[in-house]
Amino acid sequence: MIAYLGRRLIQSLLILLGVSLITFALLYLLPADPVRQIAGRSATPETVENIRRQLGLDQPFIVQYWHYLTRLVSGDLGRSYIQRSEVTELIVSRLPASLLLMVGAILCELAIGLTMGLIAAVRRGTATDQTLMVVSFVGVSAPQFVVGLLLLYVFAVRLGWFPIGGYGSWRHLVLPSLTMGILGAGWYARMMRSSMIDVLRQDYMRTARAKGLARGAILFRHALPNAILPVVAMIGIDVGIFMGGIVVVESVFGWPGIGQLAWQAIQRVDIPIIMGVTLVSAVAIVLGNLLADIIAPFIDPRIKLR
Amino acid sequence: MKKFLASTVAASALALMLGMASARADDAVDPNIKQGGAITITYKDDVATLDPAIGYDWQNWSMIKSLFDGLMDYEPGTTKLKPDLAESYEISPDGKTFTFKLRHGVKFHNGREMTADDVKYSLDRVTNPKTQSPGAGFFGSIKGYDDVAAGKAGSLSGITVVDPYTIKFELTRPDATFLHVMAINFSHVVPKEEVEKYGADFGKHPVGTGAFKLAEWTLGQRIVFERNPDYWHKGLPHLDKITFEIGQEPIVALLRLQKGEIDVPGDGIPPAKFQEVMNDPEQKARVVVGGQLHTGYVTMNTTMAPFDNVKVRQAVNMAINKGRIVQLINNRAVPANQPLPPSMPGYDRAFKGYAYDVAKAKALLAEAGHPDGFATQLFAMNTDPNPRIAQAIQQDLAAIGIKASIQSLAQANVIAAGGDKAGAPMIWSGGMAWIADFPDPSNFYGPILGCAGAVPGGWNWSWYCNKDLDAKAAEADSVVDPAKSEEREKMWSAIYDKIMEDAPWAPVFNEQRFTLKSARMGGADNLYVDPVHIPINYDNVYVKDVQ
Repeated sequence: MIAYLGRRLIQSLLILLGVSLITFALLYLLPADPVRQIAGRSATPETVENIRRQLGLDQPFIVQYWHYLTRLVSGDLGRSYIQRSEVTELIVSRLPASLLLMVGAILCELAIGLTMGLIAAVRRGTATDQTLMVVSFVGVSAPQFVVGLLLLYVFAVRLGWFPIGGYGSWRHLVLPSLTMGILGAGWYARMMRSSMIDVLRQDYMRTARAKGLARGAILFRHALPNAILPVVAMIGIDVGIFMGGIVVVESVFGWPGIGQLAWQAIQRVDIPIIMGVTLVSAVAIVLGNLLADIIAPFIDPRIKLR
Repeated sequence: MKKFLASTVAASALALMLGMASARADDAVDPNIKQGGAITITYKDDVATLDPAIGYDWQNWSMIKSLFDGLMDYEPGTTKLKPDLAESYEISPDGKTFTFKLRHGVKFHNGREMTADDVKYSLDRVTNPKTQSPGAGFFGSIKGYDDVAAGKAGSLSGITVVDPYTIKFELTRPDATFLHVMAINFSHVVPKEEVEKYGADFGKHPVGTGAFKLAEWTLGQRIVFERNPDYWHKGLPHLDKITFEIGQEPIVALLRLQKGEIDVPGDGIPPAKFQEVMNDPEQKARVVVGGQLHTGYVTMNTTMAPFDNVKVRQAVNMAINKGRIVQLINNRAVPANQPLPPSMPGYDRAFKGYAYDVAKAKALLAEAGHPDGFATQLFAMNTDPNPRIAQAIQQDLAAIGIKASIQSLAQANVIAAGGDKAGAPMIWSGGMAWIADFPDPSNFYGPILGCAGAVPGGWNWSWYCNKDLDAKAAEADSVVDPAKSEEREKMWSAIYDKIMEDAPWAPVFNEQRFTLKSARMGGADNLYVDPVHIPINYDNVYVKDVQ
């Protein structure tokens, strides 16, 4: 186990190094001059060159990347070109909001997805099953931007049950979590359905029925725990999808997380922030996958960590 | 993007420069307006920085104006210059020495009195290369600027503190725009001790002499301004508190305004909802419309064939149906025929420009040796409505045989292509267009039409360089005598008329401003389309529910 973890951590570091190199190279190759961006329109050529020198952007690519890496090791992500604040400070101040949204979204997707999957499996082949599967398909394929605006319009503007965007109380959290959760819910409903159908086919289920156990007891005590585990183990992998989703959902709801920060930075070509958020997301995805892999053998003893 | 502001109307902003001695500011504030209340403004994007030496976008520009003051300012809602931290000023007969008398008893938010030393310190700081100020270049006419910019001196030799309340500026050349320069944010006064205390983070902990002080800044969420009870300008500000809520999509902001939760959506009315708002009499009544010192234009790279031929450029000017493009953006603009916007001093009302005339455009193109047209590229920024406008231009050009393929890119990429001599044959400027830094005709020339801007990485995307006009521009700017301001404006009109003869641009339209406010907001309409304060003049507006 320890050897496995060690190996995986080294792999993870290599992945992160690769991500940093590729992102850094892409941003370097971008046909946009960050110095011009900082200097503004009225800057004289001297001002521009002065800023370029001070930021070290007159150095060759390898030197720039090396400087970035050495600072990164000491936890320094640099200063935003546009906001002029420490990138670390900007990310740290926004991380709690994104984590909160992640928890909310996971709760939503599990609650909705597992329920739908369970009902669909039990009612397999019926109109209920088909309807639920169509709904889950719509959930998976609907653009989050549209879902978000729709939920905002119906539940916040028309019905007034929730605030129109913003951050602060649990009521602010509901709609963005739901928007994020609907995508995952569709996904989980399908997995839960097939996993449940799988379990229901097993011999021990037939035995349970033969023993004369009540239907509810069979479903909830015997089938559900077995069906749910492989599904829940997927949460780690969800992190990747989540990181993509927050960029859109946080912007729609004015949720002050790192997705919104990334979106603004991309629009303004604020390279240090784009780098920082990319790295933080990469770390989250790598950790999520690692977690999923570590959990797997506990859930299914047939899986061994090597 | 850096969008700047400045203004409108004011037949002659220079009128105030009258005479050697000069006007005291008219500090009259309506005594019937009760102080109190709080308002909420929303923004989509984070506020970049509140450091006056650095902040240079339309969002923080106006916020900084409420936290800091400069020697000069404008009458609220106008482009009329008035002394601000200065009580009065004198200009020497040769136009090269400006002496300002400062107000007594002006205090920074930290309680210390502001003196002439602070003014000098602030200008030394903004011009110091280490500050990385985007506005350093504005101070190029002050003696000693070159040494400071080159890092050879730490202080501008042309600024002398005569006594704590008197400061003298010596210039290397007569500069008719200098009083405007003393009004832009980059020359706002900062206290040395606070700048040194916070270093690079001063922009997050701003301390000035302004009407408001910063009470709270929660990154990514909100900024709160609180009334400065010791503000030197008695009776101002009217509001106790302003909350800026950050991260709100314009469309969400509009919904919240309709529910009465906010007072002004800082990013304006979203284009998709514009018609709906204007068709509703109740909402339309709360929209304030004003001019803006903005021109949207198509640049043609005069160093690239076939745009090196003036006839081709003139043909393009005649081919574009500007009226239709204005309709395309819901009439949020007026058609343009010259680089200067109508509200800018120096705008030539007699100038007719190139009328829309497809037949004549075709004939010109044939004369230029392209009877069947040619293929080219039109660059445009990829956010609405710019791709739509580019398509309209594409169709207009197709009608005279020019096949323009559209390169719709992110803003930074278009700017980069424009600053590369072989980068872009044509650019639609929308989303990146020039908005004046201050209301003076010279501000539309240097960086975007003069030789100084026609350099790699510059903003003169036509790469138009006319040495003769550069000389004429310098001559016009040396006319400092306020009595000759009309003559100076005529000189500028002539420069822009000549530019249009050479047609490096096809001016398309001048944007208008539409500010939507809540029913409780009070104050004259021009405070809501204030030329130098976007979206509104925070210091002078008030709320009706405390009256």
